[in-house]
Amino acid sequence: MESKEIKFKLNGKIVRTEVKPYDKLLEVLRDKLGVKSPKYGCGRGECGACSVLLDGKTVRSCLIYAVEVDGHEIVSLEGLQANGLTELQKSFLKHNSFQCGFCAPGMVIQVTELLRENPHPDEEEIREYISGNLCRCTGYNPIVDAVLDVIKNK
Amino acid sequence: MKTFDLKYVGHDAVRIDGLEKITGSAKYVDDIDLGPATLYASILRSPYAHANIKKIDTSKAEAVEGVYAVVTGKDFPYRYGLYLKDNYVFPLDRVRYYGQHVAAVIAVTQEIADEAAKLIEIEYEPLPVLQNPLDSIKEDAPLIHPDLGNYEVVPWLYPQPGTNIAHVRKIRKGNVEEAFKEADFILEDWYLVPHVVHAPIETHVSAALYTPDGRLTMWNSSQSPHTQRNIIAHSFNLKHKDVRVIAPYVGGGFGGKAGVNMEVVAAACAMKVPGHPVKIRYTRKEEFYDTSMRQELHAFIKIGVKKDGTIVALKHQLYWDVGASAEYGSNVVNATGFSAIGPYRIPNVWIDSFAIYTNRPPCGAYRGFGYSEFHFGIESHMDRVAKAIGMDPVEFRKKNAIQEGDTVAYGVKMGPTGIKQCIEEVAKAIEWGTPSEQPKEPNKVRAKGFAAVWKAPAMPANESSAAFIKFNEDGSINILVSGMELGQGFLTAMAKIAAEELSLPLEKIRVELPDTDRNPYEWQTVASHVTWSCGNAVRRAAIDAKEQILNTISEAYYIEKTNLYLEDGKVKSYTKPDFEIPFEKFVIDGVQMEDGTFRGGPILGKGMFMPEFTSAKVNPETGQGGHPNVHYTTGAGAVEIEIDTETGRIKVLKMAEAFDAGKAINPDIVKQQITGGFVQGLGTALYEEVKFSEDGRILNPNFTDYKLPTALDVPREMHPIIVEVPQPDGPFGARGIAEHTMIPVMPAVANAVENALGIRIKNPPITSEKIIKALLESKK
Repeated sequence: MESKEIKFKLNGKIVRTEVKPYDKLLEVLRDKLGVKSPKYGCGRGECGACSVLLDGKTVRSCLIYAVEVDGHEIVSLEGLQANGLTELQKSFLKHNSFQCGFCAPGMVIQVTELLRENPHPDEEEIREYISGNLCRCTGYNPIVDAVLDVIKNK
Repeated sequence: MKTFDLKYVGHDAVRIDGLEKITGSAKYVDDIDLGPATLYASILRSPYAHANIKKIDTSKAEAVEGVYAVVTGKDFPYRYGLYLKDNYVFPLDRVRYYGQHVAAVIAVTQEIADEAAKLIEIEYEPLPVLQNPLDSIKEDAPLIHPDLGNYEVVPWLYPQPGTNIAHVRKIRKGNVEEAFKEADFILEDWYLVPHVVHAPIETHVSAALYTPDGRLTMWNSSQSPHTQRNIIAHSFNLKHKDVRVIAPYVGGGFGGKAGVNMEVVAAACAMKVPGHPVKIRYTRKEEFYDTSMRQELHAFIKIGVKKDGTIVALKHQLYWDVGASAEYGSNVVNATGFSAIGPYRIPNVWIDSFAIYTNRPPCGAYRGFGYSEFHFGIESHMDRVAKAIGMDPVEFRKKNAIQEGDTVAYGVKMGPTGIKQCIEEVAKAIEWGTPSEQPKEPNKVRAKGFAAVWKAPAMPANESSAAFIKFNEDGSINILVSGMELGQGFLTAMAKIAAEELSLPLEKIRVELPDTDRNPYEWQTVASHVTWSCGNAVRRAAIDAKEQILNTISEAYYIEKTNLYLEDGKVKSYTKPDFEIPFEKFVIDGVQMEDGTFRGGPILGKGMFMPEFTSAKVNPETGQGGHPNVHYTTGAGAVEIEIDTETGRIKVLKMAEAFDAGKAINPDIVKQQITGGFVQGLGTALYEEVKFSEDGRILNPNFTDYKLPTALDVPREMHPIIVEVPQPDGPFGARGIAEHTMIPVMPAVANAVENALGIRIKNPPITSEKIIKALLESKK
């Protein structure tokens, strides 16, 4: 099938790349642009490990076609921390909120969006917000604790 | 002599892999780019659960532009396995489960490989499908492995040729029949624990490069790099020195990445296209179908007790569905056969543990290694028996809890254990004895449930660990081990152990992930044994390095070795308060003497650990006479639940779990293991079950239909508790607890359900549907 050149802002820089109509954003980010923090976990939008911000909103990059982001802005974990660790990351680190770490980038993206939309969510709102991000290691509470800690210090 | 408090071990710390993981810098296999020569594989899978392969025609696929090679069974007609060699690299003449890999196409893009795979023509002759181990052991059942008698097997497994039984482990202790006659109360019943999957968020990934010089390099998401090297070298007739397995971070293992499975496929593909790396990343669906899953268990339990609550006899028959291959699963069956009494003192024991083939996907190690499955029945039974004789279930467990010096089922004395403290601590945290406060809604009812557990690491008698410690010019160290960081905090634990012996701050320590070319031997990161086993090796390596340091300084400065000690990265002296030589002054370059010559040189510590008291040699008819396990870790767990009797939905409000870690190297990480393991157990208690169609297909191979717990499903109140009764041969007294944490959950929830509604569910997961059905049934 025919390729198309797309142009979008990726972590603050304009990038251009050739994509096929069926290429998913996740594969283009990982394999063509070297952005490795979004992970493949399910390919069906069920686990959240591939989450990135599209124009500030969390999306599952395994469900989005690369052509759809033409002219838009994508931010991954690499972009979020361009000026050093965010307060959220520092709190995750302090609370040892991750074990294997595979869900961590997606989780950070998801909570970043939450805190931008609602700087003071309560515990149940946090849980609801991350309930589409699967973690098989931690049992989630260390993640929730880290988010609550950030909110408390805001 | 100066005495020291522990400065690192036993204190909380930020994980040493934390920064890498929180910044997305941590590399997993799929994050490694292998260059433009990389080729992609597409795997063709069996559309039958059981069939003869009559013919495979790959010519059309091979003719496609961009296809480099097609691999089938005839290319590598080898069987492999860890314990029982019953698994084929690719099947030769028969498929034994739906979704089994039959052929692979290697092409320049994934797209071409996928399209070409559709052109492979295979003629199958369907065979009868067996999906229930109780059917498989019937005398007229078709044989899934007719050649079982010819398979290579370790000497302590007993395949039964001419049947579908891959192994049977028997325990005969005392005389159960006589003891049952003397019992005041006997309860017998069946329990059924279904297949579940590990569901690590990272699927299996393996990349391999075979070069024309005969070198095979692999990058595997793996708990077992050395075991993989060993099996792959044997399978493909390569020299061990020429096989290199590199294991970067693993995105969740839980036993699913132990041993070897799809890695042999990647190796076989790579060997067909020398010079080209081949990467295979399983889809989530493939992860369900063709890695390994947890065995299904059909268990018959008969327990006899005296009126005063003393357990006198146990008969436990375990019928395990190991799927189409028992190469690893046979050891689950073996290990649980030795231990299926639970953490209790039982004088008369009869156990039969059968590994039975079916046409379901191969099963293997899964966090808990069979103990979750058999504890479901045992711990359900303990509650039922206690209640029947009018005893409190917690008191009943305390009364029968195994103590140091009691004999276990295979006749060896039990080691130090904190089981009673664990039971008491959990009872206190869950406020056992205080009835749950009932909610105002009439359709909601709350209750508590309890379970006690134990588990031994399951491993060959001669499993071993080794470690190197290399000093650097600035006095920092790199620790080389081949234990794997799966998320459990292994790297931090090893760093702490070395830090303590060398009195070296954590920020000066790096622990390297496995690379079999460079890092010394480790059997596998399984069985919750690496803190204990590899921890001992690291401690010995640190002591070895310390000896070299003290020797160098003693010789160079003419100070008796016994007057020297290490503190904060410096050598100090008891006798000269001002004496202080920082490591960086000498650990590489040595110490210059007055005449200009040097003493010492690069400090390089080595350590090794292998338990020398274990033996798998037992009488096959009784299980007695050997010493198959190194030690047991004990613990207990409890939940408080709320059931909605209109919807059947169970919410776990509160949990408490206590484990005897011997010595928690990192207390906060140990507590997080408890929290995380509990939630994995919660999935199996409430939601998780692999569903099969009649022809052996999986009906729910995705996370929409196979539900994992989310942040909304977990108890808001969790009490992870550490008990510390030291393990005499553990590093600083430590023993493992990681797998154990999910074992109490299924029975504790089932016991809570009975306490709430008077309903006994004997087949997890305890879904809303089962609750409602049982409620309707009870009203009839």
